[in-house]
Amino acid sequence: MKKSSLTGLVMLVIRRDLLLAMRRRADVLTTLIFFVMVVSLFPLGVGPEMDILRKMAAGVLWVAALLSSMLSLGRLFSADYLDGTLEQMMLAPQSLSMLVLGKIAAHWIVSGVPLVLMAPVLGVQFDMPAQALGVLIIGLLLGTPILSMIGAIGAALTLGLRGGGVLLSLLVLPLCIPVLIFGTGAVGAVSTGLSAVSHLSLLGALLMLALVSTPWVTAQALRISME
Amino acid sequence: MGDGTGVAYFDGVKKLAINWFKYSAPTTFYGLAGKMIPWFAVSAAILLAIGLYIGFAVAPADYQQGEFYRIIFIHVPASILSMFLYLILAGYAALGLIFNTRLSAMMASAIAPTGALFAFISLWTGALWGKPMWGAWWVWDARLTSELILLFLYLGFIALHASIDDPRRADRASALLAIVGSVNVPIIYFSVQWWNTLHQGSTIKFSGTSMHVAMQQAMFITLAACWLYAIAVVLARVRSIILERERNTTWIAELPEVKG
Repeated sequence: MKKSSLTGLVMLVIRRDLLLAMRRRADVLTTLIFFVMVVSLFPLGVGPEMDILRKMAAGVLWVAALLSSMLSLGRLFSADYLDGTLEQMMLAPQSLSMLVLGKIAAHWIVSGVPLVLMAPVLGVQFDMPAQALGVLIIGLLLGTPILSMIGAIGAALTLGLRGGGVLLSLLVLPLCIPVLIFGTGAVGAVSTGLSAVSHLSLLGALLMLALVSTPWVTAQALRISME
Repeated sequence: MGDGTGVAYFDGVKKLAINWFKYSAPTTFYGLAGKMIPWFAVSAAILLAIGLYIGFAVAPADYQQGEFYRIIFIHVPASILSMFLYLILAGYAALGLIFNTRLSAMMASAIAPTGALFAFISLWTGALWGKPMWGAWWVWDARLTSELILLFLYLGFIALHASIDDPRRADRASALLAIVGSVNVPIIYFSVQWWNTLHQGSTIKFSGTSMHVAMQQAMFITLAACWLYAIAVVLARVRSIILERERNTTWIAELPEVKG
Protein backbone atom coordinates (compact mmCIF):
# COMPACT_ATOMS: atom_id res chain seq x y z
CA MET A 1 0.00 0.00 0.00
CA LYS A 2 1.26 3.43 -0.91
CA LYS A 3 2.07 5.61 2.09
CA SER A 4 0.34 8.92 1.62
CA SER A 5 1.17 12.19 3.31
CA LEU A 6 -1.11 13.49 6.05
CA THR A 7 -2.69 16.20 3.93
CA GLY A 8 -3.18 13.70 1.14
CA LEU A 9 -4.83 11.37 3.62
CA VAL A 10 -7.20 14.05 4.90
CA MET A 11 -8.08 15.07 1.33
CA LEU A 12 -8.71 11.44 0.46
CA VAL A 13 -11.17 11.02 3.35
CA ILE A 14 -12.88 14.31 2.47
CA ARG A 15 -13.21 13.31 -1.20
CA ARG A 16 -14.61 9.91 -0.25
CA ASP A 17 -17.16 11.30 2.19
CA LEU A 18 -18.25 14.01 -0.23
CA LEU A 19 -18.71 11.41 -2.95
CA LEU A 20 -20.81 9.30 -0.59
CA ALA A 21 -22.85 12.35 0.38
CA MET A 22 -23.45 13.21 -3.29
CA ARG A 23 -24.78 9.71 -3.85
CA ARG A 24 -27.36 10.39 -1.13
CA ARG A 25 -28.31 13.94 -1.92
CA ALA A 26 -31.61 13.69 -0.03
CA ASP A 27 -29.78 13.53 3.32
CA VAL A 28 -27.98 16.79 2.60
CA LEU A 29 -31.17 18.48 1.50
CA THR A 30 -33.23 17.40 4.52
CA THR A 31 -30.80 19.15 6.87
CA LEU A 32 -31.02 22.34 4.83
CA ILE A 33 -34.81 22.17 4.57
CA PHE A 34 -35.03 21.60 8.33
CA PHE A 35 -32.92 24.73 8.86
CA VAL A 36 -35.15 26.82 6.60
CA MET A 37 -38.29 25.46 8.23
CA VAL A 38 -37.21 26.09 11.82
CA VAL A 39 -36.25 29.66 10.93
CA SER A 40 -39.59 30.18 9.14
CA LEU A 41 -41.56 28.93 12.15
CA PHE A 42 -40.38 31.75 14.40
CA PRO A 43 -42.25 34.61 12.70
CA LEU A 44 -45.36 32.42 12.79
CA GLY A 45 -44.84 31.88 16.51
CA VAL A 46 -44.00 35.40 17.66
CA GLY A 47 -45.90 37.48 15.12
CA PRO A 48 -44.89 39.42 12.02
CA GLU A 49 -43.72 42.66 13.70
CA MET A 50 -40.48 43.54 11.95
CA ASP A 51 -38.95 45.26 14.98
CA ILE A 52 -39.07 42.09 17.07
CA LEU A 53 -37.99 39.90 14.17
CA ARG A 54 -34.98 42.08 13.37
CA LYS A 55 -33.84 41.82 16.99
CA MET A 56 -34.35 38.07 17.06
CA ALA A 57 -32.89 37.27 13.66
CA ALA A 58 -29.32 36.40 14.67
CA GLY A 59 -30.45 34.28 17.60
CA VAL A 60 -33.04 32.43 15.56
CA LEU A 61 -30.61 31.68 12.73
CA TRP A 62 -27.93 30.51 15.14
CA VAL A 63 -30.24 28.28 17.17
CA ALA A 64 -31.64 26.80 13.96
CA ALA A 65 -28.12 26.18 12.68
CA LEU A 66 -27.25 24.50 15.99
CA LEU A 67 -30.31 22.24 15.82
CA SER A 68 -29.87 21.27 12.19
CA SER A 69 -26.20 20.45 12.72
CA MET A 70 -27.33 18.09 15.53
CA LEU A 71 -29.66 16.45 13.02
CA SER A 72 -26.92 15.40 10.65
CA LEU A 73 -24.36 14.40 13.30
CA GLY A 74 -25.87 10.98 13.79
CA ARG A 75 -24.76 10.05 10.27
CA LEU A 76 -21.17 11.17 10.79
CA PHE A 77 -19.85 7.75 11.78
CA SER A 78 -22.86 5.45 11.74
CA ALA A 79 -22.69 4.32 8.08
CA ASP A 80 -18.95 3.59 8.35
CA TYR A 81 -19.58 1.83 11.65
CA LEU A 82 -22.27 -0.40 10.21
CA ASP A 83 -20.39 -1.51 7.08
CA GLY A 84 -17.10 -2.04 8.91
CA THR A 85 -15.18 0.81 7.28
CA LEU A 86 -14.60 2.46 10.62
CA GLU A 87 -12.92 -0.66 11.96
CA GLN A 88 -10.58 -0.68 8.98
CA MET A 89 -9.80 3.00 9.57
CA MET A 90 -8.84 2.22 13.15
CA LEU A 91 -6.60 -0.61 12.03
CA ALA A 92 -4.97 1.56 9.39
CA PRO A 93 -1.36 2.61 10.06
CA GLN A 94 -2.29 6.25 9.56
CA SER A 95 -3.30 8.51 12.43
CA LEU A 96 -6.95 8.04 13.37
CA SER A 97 -7.13 11.68 14.46
CA MET A 98 -6.30 12.84 10.93
CA LEU A 99 -8.87 10.48 9.42
CA VAL A 100 -11.41 11.88 11.87
CA LEU A 101 -10.40 15.42 10.92
CA GLY A 102 -11.11 14.57 7.29
CA LYS A 103 -14.52 13.17 8.18
CA ILE A 104 -15.35 16.26 10.23
CA ALA A 105 -14.28 18.55 7.37
CA ALA A 106 -16.46 16.63 4.94
CA HIS A 107 -19.36 16.78 7.38
CA TRP A 108 -18.96 20.55 7.64
CA ILE A 109 -18.84 20.96 3.86
CA VAL A 110 -22.00 18.91 3.51
CA SER A 111 -24.04 20.22 6.46
CA GLY A 112 -22.42 23.51 7.52
CA VAL A 113 -21.61 25.30 4.27
CA PRO A 114 -25.16 25.04 2.82
CA LEU A 115 -26.48 26.68 6.00
CA VAL A 116 -23.97 29.51 5.67
CA LEU A 117 -24.99 30.00 2.05
CA MET A 118 -28.69 29.92 2.92
CA ALA A 119 -28.40 32.26 5.91
CA PRO A 120 -28.33 35.58 3.95
CA VAL A 121 -31.63 34.77 2.27
CA LEU A 122 -33.27 33.99 5.60
CA GLY A 123 -31.62 37.05 7.18
CA VAL A 124 -33.23 39.25 4.53
CA GLN A 125 -36.60 37.70 5.43
CA PHE A 126 -35.99 38.95 8.95
CA ASP A 127 -35.05 42.38 7.58
CA MET A 128 -31.48 42.27 8.86
CA PRO A 129 -29.33 45.26 7.85
CA ALA A 130 -26.50 44.46 5.42
CA GLN A 131 -23.72 45.00 7.94
CA ALA A 132 -25.28 42.72 10.55
CA LEU A 133 -25.87 40.15 7.85
CA GLY A 134 -22.20 40.24 6.88
CA VAL A 135 -21.10 39.71 10.49
CA LEU A 136 -23.63 36.88 10.85
CA ILE A 137 -22.14 35.11 7.83
CA ILE A 138 -18.57 35.50 9.09
CA GLY A 139 -19.69 34.25 12.49
CA LEU A 140 -21.43 31.24 10.95
CA LEU A 141 -18.36 30.50 8.82
CA LEU A 142 -16.19 30.47 11.93
CA GLY A 143 -18.76 28.81 14.19
CA THR A 144 -20.31 25.99 12.18
CA PRO A 145 -17.00 24.06 11.91
CA ILE A 146 -16.80 24.18 15.73
CA LEU A 147 -20.30 22.72 15.93
CA SER A 148 -19.23 19.88 13.64
CA MET A 149 -16.09 19.26 15.69
CA ILE A 150 -17.74 19.27 19.12
CA GLY A 151 -20.59 17.25 17.65
CA ALA A 152 -18.12 14.65 16.36
CA ILE A 153 -17.13 13.87 19.97
CA GLY A 154 -20.77 13.28 20.85
CA ALA A 155 -21.35 11.25 17.69
CA ALA A 156 -18.36 9.04 18.50
CA LEU A 157 -19.46 8.53 22.11
CA THR A 158 -23.03 7.59 21.18
CA LEU A 159 -22.03 5.36 18.27
CA GLY A 160 -24.39 2.43 17.89
CA LEU A 161 -26.51 3.27 20.95
CA ARG A 162 -30.28 3.06 21.03
CA GLY A 163 -31.86 6.50 21.06
CA GLY A 164 -28.52 7.90 19.97
CA GLY A 165 -29.95 10.97 18.23
CA VAL A 166 -31.68 12.52 21.22
CA LEU A 167 -28.85 11.54 23.53
CA LEU A 168 -26.37 13.16 21.15
CA SER A 169 -28.18 16.51 21.35
CA LEU A 170 -28.33 16.23 25.13
CA LEU A 171 -24.56 15.79 25.31
CA VAL A 172 -23.48 18.26 22.65
CA LEU A 173 -25.86 21.22 22.98
CA PRO A 174 -24.56 22.46 26.38
CA LEU A 175 -21.00 22.32 25.05
CA CYS A 176 -21.98 24.48 22.05
CA ILE A 177 -23.34 27.34 24.16
CA PRO A 178 -20.16 29.49 23.93
CA VAL A 179 -20.31 29.33 20.12
CA LEU A 180 -23.93 30.47 20.18
CA ILE A 181 -23.12 33.31 22.57
CA PHE A 182 -20.18 34.68 20.59
CA GLY A 183 -21.90 34.18 17.23
CA THR A 184 -25.02 36.09 18.21
CA GLY A 185 -22.97 38.50 20.31
CA ALA A 186 -21.04 39.60 17.22
CA VAL A 187 -24.27 40.52 15.42
CA GLY A 188 -25.60 42.20 18.56
CA ALA A 189 -22.44 44.29 18.85
CA VAL A 190 -22.68 45.48 15.25
CA SER A 191 -26.33 46.42 15.53
CA THR A 192 -25.63 48.52 18.64
CA GLY A 193 -22.82 50.33 16.83
CA LEU A 194 -19.92 48.49 18.47
CA SER A 195 -17.17 46.49 16.83
CA ALA A 196 -17.72 42.77 16.31
CA VAL A 197 -14.00 42.05 16.16
CA SER A 198 -13.69 40.85 19.75
CA HIS A 199 -16.51 38.32 19.37
CA LEU A 200 -15.23 37.09 16.04
CA SER A 201 -11.70 36.80 17.44
CA LEU A 202 -13.02 34.69 20.29
CA LEU A 203 -14.90 32.51 17.82
CA GLY A 204 -11.66 32.15 15.87
CA ALA A 205 -9.83 31.22 19.07
CA LEU A 206 -12.46 28.59 19.85
CA LEU A 207 -12.09 27.28 16.30
CA MET A 208 -8.33 26.90 16.72
CA LEU A 209 -8.75 25.24 20.11
CA ALA A 210 -11.32 22.85 18.69
CA LEU A 211 -9.19 22.16 15.63
CA VAL A 212 -6.23 20.94 17.69
CA SER A 213 -8.12 19.09 20.41
CA THR A 214 -11.37 17.64 19.08
CA PRO A 215 -10.02 15.27 16.37
CA TRP A 216 -7.84 13.59 18.98
CA VAL A 217 -10.63 13.43 21.58
CA THR A 218 -13.00 12.08 18.93
CA ALA A 219 -10.46 9.41 18.00
CA GLN A 220 -10.24 8.40 21.67
CA ALA A 221 -14.02 8.32 21.88
CA LEU A 222 -14.16 6.08 18.79
CA ARG A 223 -11.65 3.70 20.35
CA ILE A 224 -13.79 3.53 23.50
CA SER A 225 -16.93 2.88 21.47
CA MET A 226 -15.37 0.28 19.20
CA GLU A 227 -13.42 -1.87 21.65
CA MET B 1 -6.93 -7.49 37.25
CA GLY B 2 -8.98 -10.52 38.26
CA ASP B 3 -10.82 -10.28 41.52
CA GLY B 4 -9.34 -13.24 43.38
CA THR B 5 -5.77 -12.43 42.38
CA GLY B 6 -6.34 -8.80 43.32
CA VAL B 7 -6.91 -9.69 46.96
CA ALA B 8 -3.88 -11.98 47.07
CA TYR B 9 -1.73 -9.33 45.45
CA PHE B 10 -2.77 -6.67 47.91
CA ASP B 11 -2.27 -8.98 50.88
CA GLY B 12 1.23 -9.66 49.66
CA VAL B 13 2.11 -6.02 49.25
CA LYS B 14 0.67 -5.05 52.63
CA LYS B 15 3.33 -7.02 54.49
CA LEU B 16 6.11 -5.06 52.85
CA ALA B 17 5.04 -1.48 53.42
CA ILE B 18 2.05 0.76 53.84
CA ASN B 19 0.12 0.21 50.66
CA TRP B 20 -1.51 3.43 49.58
CA PHE B 21 -3.44 1.69 46.88
CA LYS B 22 -4.99 -0.89 49.18
CA TYR B 23 -8.37 0.81 49.13
CA SER B 24 -8.38 1.41 45.40
CA ALA B 25 -9.67 -2.13 44.96
CA PRO B 26 -13.45 -2.47 45.20
CA THR B 27 -12.99 -5.55 47.40
CA THR B 28 -11.31 -3.63 50.19
CA PHE B 29 -13.06 -0.32 49.63
CA TYR B 30 -16.49 -1.90 50.03
CA GLY B 31 -15.81 -2.69 53.70
CA LEU B 32 -14.07 0.61 54.40
CA ALA B 33 -16.95 2.60 52.88
CA GLY B 34 -19.43 0.62 54.95
CA LYS B 35 -17.54 1.53 58.14
CA MET B 36 -17.26 5.22 57.20
CA ILE B 37 -20.85 5.89 56.13
CA PRO B 38 -22.39 6.05 59.67
CA TRP B 39 -19.74 8.53 60.83
CA PHE B 40 -20.29 10.87 57.90
CA ALA B 41 -24.07 10.51 57.99
CA VAL B 42 -24.41 11.13 61.74
CA SER B 43 -22.05 14.10 61.75
CA ALA B 44 -23.86 15.52 58.71
CA ALA B 45 -27.18 15.27 60.52
CA ILE B 46 -25.81 16.86 63.71
CA LEU B 47 -24.07 19.70 61.89
CA LEU B 48 -27.13 20.35 59.73
CA ALA B 49 -29.31 20.59 62.84
CA ILE B 50 -26.84 22.97 64.54
CA GLY B 51 -26.35 25.04 61.38
CA LEU B 52 -30.05 25.39 60.69
CA TYR B 53 -30.75 26.20 64.36
CA ILE B 54 -28.19 29.01 64.30
CA GLY B 55 -29.42 30.07 60.87
CA PHE B 56 -33.09 30.21 61.75
CA ALA B 57 -33.13 31.01 65.46
CA VAL B 58 -29.90 32.81 66.36
CA ALA B 59 -28.89 34.78 63.27
CA PRO B 60 -30.63 38.16 63.05
CA ALA B 61 -32.81 39.21 60.14
CA ASP B 62 -30.98 40.99 57.34
CA TYR B 63 -31.63 44.72 57.33
CA GLN B 64 -32.23 44.71 53.57
CA GLN B 65 -33.67 41.30 52.84
CA GLY B 66 -35.54 40.61 56.07
CA GLU B 67 -36.18 36.95 56.72
CA PHE B 68 -35.88 35.94 53.08
CA TYR B 69 -32.12 35.76 53.14
CA ARG B 70 -32.23 32.67 55.36
CA ILE B 71 -32.48 30.47 52.29
CA ILE B 72 -28.75 31.02 51.78
CA PHE B 73 -28.07 28.43 54.48
CA ILE B 74 -29.25 25.84 51.99
CA HIS B 75 -28.71 27.69 48.73
CA VAL B 76 -25.05 28.64 49.08
CA PRO B 77 -23.80 25.20 50.24
CA ALA B 78 -25.80 23.54 47.46
CA SER B 79 -24.30 25.82 44.79
CA ILE B 80 -20.76 25.38 46.07
CA LEU B 81 -21.14 21.61 46.23
CA SER B 82 -22.70 21.32 42.80
CA MET B 83 -19.62 23.00 41.28
CA PHE B 84 -16.99 21.20 43.37
CA LEU B 85 -18.63 17.82 42.84
CA TYR B 86 -18.37 18.25 39.07
CA LEU B 87 -14.64 18.89 39.37
CA ILE B 88 -14.23 15.88 41.67
CA LEU B 89 -16.30 13.79 39.27
CA ALA B 90 -14.10 14.83 36.35
CA GLY B 91 -11.02 14.10 38.47
CA TYR B 92 -12.18 10.57 39.21
CA ALA B 93 -13.16 10.13 35.57
CA ALA B 94 -9.67 11.16 34.46
CA LEU B 95 -8.08 8.81 37.02
CA GLY B 96 -10.23 5.97 35.78
CA LEU B 97 -9.41 6.68 32.15
CA ILE B 98 -5.66 7.08 32.67
CA PHE B 99 -4.90 4.35 35.22
CA ASN B 100 -7.79 2.10 34.27
CA THR B 101 -8.88 1.70 37.89
CA ARG B 102 -12.36 0.32 38.25
CA LEU B 103 -13.16 2.11 41.50
CA SER B 104 -12.50 5.60 40.07
CA ALA B 105 -15.12 5.14 37.39
CA MET B 106 -17.55 3.81 39.99
CA MET B 107 -16.90 6.87 42.16
CA ALA B 108 -17.52 9.17 39.19
CA SER B 109 -20.87 7.60 38.43
CA ALA B 110 -21.75 7.61 42.15
CA ILE B 111 -21.06 11.35 42.43
CA ALA B 112 -23.13 12.39 39.40
CA PRO B 113 -26.66 12.05 40.89
CA THR B 114 -25.65 13.90 44.08
CA GLY B 115 -24.08 16.69 42.03
CA ALA B 116 -27.17 16.98 39.87
CA LEU B 117 -29.33 17.03 42.99
CA PHE B 118 -27.32 19.89 44.49
CA ALA B 119 -27.46 21.82 41.21
CA PHE B 120 -31.21 21.36 41.17
CA ILE B 121 -31.58 22.40 44.84
CA SER B 122 -29.45 25.44 44.11
CA LEU B 123 -31.67 26.49 41.20
CA TRP B 124 -34.85 25.70 43.13
CA THR B 125 -33.91 27.61 46.27
CA GLY B 126 -32.56 30.41 44.08
CA ALA B 127 -35.97 30.69 42.42
CA LEU B 128 -37.72 30.72 45.82
CA TRP B 129 -35.43 33.52 46.92
CA GLY B 130 -35.67 35.38 43.63
CA LYS B 131 -39.46 35.72 43.70
CA PRO B 132 -39.68 37.94 46.81
CA MET B 133 -36.33 39.68 46.25
CA TRP B 134 -36.25 40.34 42.51
CA GLY B 135 -39.94 39.88 41.80
CA ALA B 136 -39.26 37.05 39.36
CA TRP B 137 -38.81 33.31 39.71
CA TRP B 138 -36.11 33.30 37.10
CA VAL B 139 -33.70 35.93 35.83
CA TRP B 140 -31.21 35.31 33.02
CA ASP B 141 -28.37 36.24 35.30
CA ALA B 142 -24.94 34.86 34.45
CA ARG B 143 -24.73 32.92 37.67
CA LEU B 144 -28.13 31.29 37.27
CA THR B 145 -27.53 30.45 33.66
CA SER B 146 -24.19 28.78 34.28
CA GLU B 147 -25.72 26.77 37.13
CA LEU B 148 -28.44 25.63 34.73
CA ILE B 149 -25.85 24.60 32.15
CA LEU B 150 -23.98 22.74 34.90
CA LEU B 151 -27.18 20.81 35.60
CA PHE B 152 -27.37 19.98 31.87
CA LEU B 153 -23.79 18.68 31.96
CA TYR B 154 -24.64 16.42 34.92
CA LEU B 155 -27.75 15.14 33.15
CA GLY B 156 -25.77 14.46 29.97
CA PHE B 157 -23.21 12.46 31.96
CA ILE B 158 -25.93 10.42 33.69
CA ALA B 159 -27.87 9.89 30.44
CA LEU B 160 -24.82 8.70 28.52
CA HIS B 161 -23.81 6.34 31.31
CA ALA B 162 -27.33 4.97 31.57
CA SER B 163 -27.76 4.31 27.86
CA ILE B 164 -24.66 2.15 27.41
CA ASP B 165 -25.20 -1.42 28.53
CA ASP B 166 -21.58 -2.52 28.71
CA PRO B 167 -20.36 -1.06 32.02
CA ARG B 168 -16.75 -0.74 30.86
CA ARG B 169 -17.67 1.24 27.76
CA ALA B 170 -20.18 3.27 29.81
CA ASP B 171 -17.46 4.20 32.31
CA ARG B 172 -14.94 5.19 29.70
CA ALA B 173 -17.34 7.06 27.42
CA SER B 174 -18.88 9.09 30.23
CA ALA B 175 -15.42 9.74 31.69
CA LEU B 176 -14.33 11.27 28.39
CA LEU B 177 -17.51 13.35 28.32
CA ALA B 178 -16.87 14.57 31.88
CA ILE B 179 -13.33 15.62 30.97
CA VAL B 180 -14.48 17.45 27.83
CA GLY B 181 -17.18 19.09 29.95
CA SER B 182 -14.72 20.22 32.61
CA VAL B 183 -12.49 21.80 29.95
CA ASN B 184 -15.58 23.57 28.67
CA VAL B 185 -16.81 24.77 32.06
CA PRO B 186 -14.54 27.85 32.29
CA ILE B 187 -15.26 28.74 28.66
CA ILE B 188 -19.00 28.44 29.27
CA TYR B 189 -18.76 30.39 32.52
CA PHE B 190 -16.94 33.37 31.02
CA SER B 191 -18.96 33.42 27.82
CA VAL B 192 -22.19 33.42 29.82
CA GLN B 193 -20.92 36.19 32.05
CA TRP B 194 -19.96 38.25 29.05
CA TRP B 195 -23.23 37.52 27.28
CA ASN B 196 -25.12 38.78 30.27
CA THR B 197 -23.17 42.00 30.70
CA LEU B 198 -23.40 42.76 27.00
CA HIS B 199 -27.13 42.30 26.84
CA GLN B 200 -28.52 43.89 29.95
CA GLY B 201 -25.72 45.03 32.18
CA SER B 202 -25.30 43.55 35.62
CA THR B 203 -28.67 44.08 37.23
CA ILE B 204 -28.29 41.87 40.26
CA LYS B 205 -25.61 42.01 42.82
CA PHE B 206 -25.48 40.39 46.22
CA SER B 207 -26.02 43.10 48.81
CA GLY B 208 -22.47 44.03 49.64
CA THR B 209 -23.11 44.09 53.37
CA SER B 210 -20.64 42.39 55.65
CA MET B 211 -22.28 39.34 57.11
CA HIS B 212 -23.23 38.99 60.74
CA VAL B 213 -21.04 36.50 62.64
CA ALA B 214 -23.96 34.16 63.36
CA MET B 215 -24.87 34.14 59.66
CA GLN B 216 -21.32 33.21 58.74
CA GLN B 217 -21.20 30.47 61.35
CA ALA B 218 -24.50 29.02 60.23
CA MET B 219 -23.43 29.04 56.60
CA PHE B 220 -20.09 27.37 57.24
CA ILE B 221 -21.71 24.74 59.45
CA THR B 222 -24.39 23.91 56.87
CA LEU B 223 -21.69 23.85 54.18
CA ALA B 224 -19.74 21.30 56.23
CA ALA B 225 -22.96 19.34 56.79
CA CYS B 226 -23.63 19.25 53.04
CA TRP B 227 -20.10 18.04 52.35
CA LEU B 228 -20.46 15.25 54.91
CA TYR B 229 -23.89 14.34 53.55
CA ALA B 230 -22.50 14.22 50.00
CA ILE B 231 -19.64 11.95 51.09
CA ALA B 232 -21.97 9.63 52.99
CA VAL B 233 -24.41 9.37 50.10
CA VAL B 234 -21.68 8.87 47.50
CA LEU B 235 -20.10 6.11 49.60
CA ALA B 236 -23.47 4.40 50.01
CA ARG B 237 -24.09 4.63 46.28
CA VAL B 238 -20.64 3.37 45.36
CA ARG B 239 -21.24 0.36 47.63
CA SER B 240 -24.41 -0.43 45.69
CA ILE B 241 -22.53 -0.01 42.41
CA ILE B 242 -19.79 -2.37 43.61
CA LEU B 243 -22.39 -4.94 44.62
CA GLU B 244 -24.11 -4.64 41.27
CA ARG B 245 -20.96 -4.82 39.16
CA GLU B 246 -19.24 -7.60 41.07
CA ARG B 247 -22.33 -9.66 41.81
CA ASN B 248 -20.84 -12.71 40.11
CA THR B 249 -17.67 -12.81 42.20
CA THR B 250 -17.06 -15.08 45.14
CA TRP B 251 -16.17 -12.36 47.62
CA ILE B 252 -19.60 -10.82 47.14
CA ALA B 253 -21.27 -14.21 47.61
CA GLU B 254 -19.39 -14.63 50.90
CA LEU B 255 -20.43 -11.25 52.33
CA PRO B 256 -22.63 -11.72 55.42
CA GLU B 257 -25.28 -9.30 54.11
CA VAL B 258 -25.50 -11.24 50.85
CA LYS B 259 -25.38 -14.70 52.45
CA GLY B 260 -27.93 -13.96 55.16
